[in-house]
Amino acid sequence: MSADSPPLDPIFGRLTLDAFPIHEPILVATFAVVVLAGLSVAGALTYFRLWVPLWRDWITTVDHKRIGIMYIVLALIMLLRGFADAVMMRLQQAMAFNGSDGYLPAHHFDQIFTAHGVIMIFFVATPLIVGVMNFVIPLQIGARDVSFPYLNNLGFWLTAVAAILVNVSLFVGEFSQAGWVGEPPLSGLDASPGVGVDYYLWALQISGAGTLIGGINLLATIIKMRAPGMSFMRMPIFCWTSLCVNALIVLSFPFLTISITLLTLDRLIGTHFFTTDLGGNPMAYVNLVWVWGHPEVYILILPALGVFSEVVPVLCGKRLFGYTSMVYATVSITVIGFVVWLHHFFTMGSGASVNGFFGLMTALIAIPTGVKVYNWLFTMYRGRVRMETPMVWTVAFMFTFLLGGLSGVLCSIPALDFQLHNSLVLVAHFHNVAIGAIVFAMMAAIDFWFPKAFGFRLDPFWGRLSAYFWTGGFFVAFMPLYIAGVMGTTRRTRVFDDPSLQIWFIIAAIGSLLIFIGVLCFLIQIYVSIRNREALRDVTGDAWGNGRTLEWSTSSPPPDYNFAFTPVAHDVDAWANMKDHGYSRPLDGFNAVHMPRNTSVGIIVSVLTLIFSFAIVWYMWLVAAVSFGLMVLVSIGHTFNYNRSFHIPADQVARTEGERTRLLAQQG
Amino acid sequence: MTTTTTMTGVKDGTGAPVFHLTEEHDHDGGSTVIGFWMFLMSDVLLFAGLFAIYAWLGGHYAGGPSPSDLFRLPLVAANTAIMLLSSFTCGLGMLETGKGQAGAALKWFGVTALLGICFLYNQVTEYEHLQQAGATYQTSAFLSSFITLIITHSIHVIVGVVWVGVLALQVFQHGLIEANRRRVLCFSMFWNFLDITWVCVFVFVYLMGVLK
Repeated sequence: MSADSPPLDPIFGRLTLDAFPIHEPILVATFAVVVLAGLSVAGALTYFRLWVPLWRDWITTVDHKRIGIMYIVLALIMLLRGFADAVMMRLQQAMAFNGSDGYLPAHHFDQIFTAHGVIMIFFVATPLIVGVMNFVIPLQIGARDVSFPYLNNLGFWLTAVAAILVNVSLFVGEFSQAGWVGEPPLSGLDASPGVGVDYYLWALQISGAGTLIGGINLLATIIKMRAPGMSFMRMPIFCWTSLCVNALIVLSFPFLTISITLLTLDRLIGTHFFTTDLGGNPMAYVNLVWVWGHPEVYILILPALGVFSEVVPVLCGKRLFGYTSMVYATVSITVIGFVVWLHHFFTMGSGASVNGFFGLMTALIAIPTGVKVYNWLFTMYRGRVRMETPMVWTVAFMFTFLLGGLSGVLCSIPALDFQLHNSLVLVAHFHNVAIGAIVFAMMAAIDFWFPKAFGFRLDPFWGRLSAYFWTGGFFVAFMPLYIAGVMGTTRRTRVFDDPSLQIWFIIAAIGSLLIFIGVLCFLIQIYVSIRNREALRDVTGDAWGNGRTLEWSTSSPPPDYNFAFTPVAHDVDAWANMKDHGYSRPLDGFNAVHMPRNTSVGIIVSVLTLIFSFAIVWYMWLVAAVSFGLMVLVSIGHTFNYNRSFHIPADQVARTEGERTRLLAQQG
Repeated sequence: MTTTTTMTGVKDGTGAPVFHLTEEHDHDGGSTVIGFWMFLMSDVLLFAGLFAIYAWLGGHYAGGPSPSDLFRLPLVAANTAIMLLSSFTCGLGMLETGKGQAGAALKWFGVTALLGICFLYNQVTEYEHLQQAGATYQTSAFLSSFITLIITHSIHVIVGVVWVGVLALQVFQHGLIEANRRRVLCFSMFWNFLDITWVCVFVFVYLMGVLK
């Protein structure tokens, strides 16, 4: 902003009618579809009179199970958006050879690859792992809820409004074109004067705050709310990985906050942190953002490894091999994950010793990761392996992840990295682990715990089909990128000169089509399972027949209070241990249960945050000031509410448990 | 039935393992203090990031003024004394809270907030001095990182002062009930954290800046 520019309108700021992309047919059509879909959902809610239940049971809920499910639904919706971006890029790159410009102009293509990365990391992978952690952790540690139920609700809604902000940028203004970590000087005001980077920064700021709040909540939950008898070394491995993940969140997200706040200041008020003039240094941003960014990779991967550590023992009917080594491996990955960030920019020129250190640390991580893979294999060895859908995902993961891990070790060698840096090898590598580990794990987790959440299993046929198409599609889509990358193709390229490369991009596009079929199979799987829910129903609560941890000891879906009586753990596999001792479920003597009360403050504060961030993006200073003031007032007002919990009366608990007794007896 | 809980498990009177508790224990608020600790740790890292950026860019004067041109150590030393004193009064407030003396506790927290306001007043004076010397956050990377660091600290102090006001109202309404004691404890942790951060700013930014 220069001093002589005309003063901005205090209400509309720099938002004018030009910001609405009415000249771009792709966007107008998308907008029409979104509006129609929104209207039909609203219509259906009105017709079936679901607004009140939606508000009471979901939007204002503080129940960790419902919040977990909402996170996963948000992630799946955003997966479709991010996946649409991926398909558009694959088509563009397959077409743009031999003088063809493809079908996407540069301005649009650059927004798409940025949006794809941002959405997949922040609004698909992160909500998926946070959702699964939210749902599973309290059940596995035998708790009734989390430490901070209100913050849990707030964290979800902040993530949700950040996702909305990203989608608003599709129709009002533009999104960032500076890549998913938004590195200056490209993301600075000189190179990106539009609103795109501002949308990006505020979406990250809000979702980062949401994730940090959620991380503190889950960390406190695991430390303080474990069932009696469950010492740290008796926690299920998924809880161990979650503990480490949430510690990583608390330790690394402040650095994201700092880096994007300083970049925002550079853009908003003209400071010189990352500018190329007056002493600023863009590499300061790059370092700072990767101090967060690399731990973020482990934040996403560790819960995935935790999920497999739960799936394999249950579906092989065996105790997990090497529990203690699994714990140490998890903790090692957590610690080493903090000293590898520089491998994202070996080319910065920090010298042989520094590059050597970070390269070595990066390669070292392969050791604890290898320990984990061997532990799963040894668990399967001589186990009674049941190839249920989660197990199919697990086996697919082992092959894919091994390959992705090895290509990671390859990239960790600085000398090689100078060749591979910024090439498609990198893109292939991180999709190799992101899809092969995170996505596969989350699909396995959804399949594995779906019966716990809804009381019926997912259809195995469509589930397996989805796994086959995802796995096959992944290899077809990304192996060609390794080849093209080794031959020197840079990432984020819109148009190509060398016609001999086209074949690899055509194969990759076919791969993305196969993955698309995999996504469709997953959606069909959900539809078919809901239709056949009576045939797939499980009333035992132990849907896989030999569950080992506490979540399988309660009903499916669990009652609001999770456990009528607080369980006591005597073993890592507490529920398996209880079954071995012939434990029988208590049928009387129920007590009133103390539970947190629902609150609407989370959604109100989040919506105000959305208005505030939108206003800042468009320089609507008056709107920003008012919404910020309201945000502070509502938050302070909430602290005056001391009446935040209630008791579920004993006779209501007795009724709920009696109903379960009846169902169990009916089944025989 | 009497149960005993140990790390090796819960047993009933006869020594047989127990698989569930038959009584209810409320754990309302049991996690607040550890949760707040974690928040403070993340805030420490936020400042760590700012210090790291200052360490990197703090010497980039870009032809503009340097610390020895700008820093007025007597004022900053006085402000440091005010901040340390406020931690002391905050501690006195905590002692009164421990004794259950709501009135005396509020008095000390009020003094703490007043000292906070004095500190903020001096910060504003300092900022005006910088403006008059032609040193703004747009002048150089050194000034960007320096001013962002001290303003981030000042914003925390403002939050602390507002917090005292809110707490006073709540203690006035409900007295020193369990929930309010927890809140007072969290506030005191927060205020001491601000104090420690300021000492770091004083040593690493001001003292070492003038030495350069």
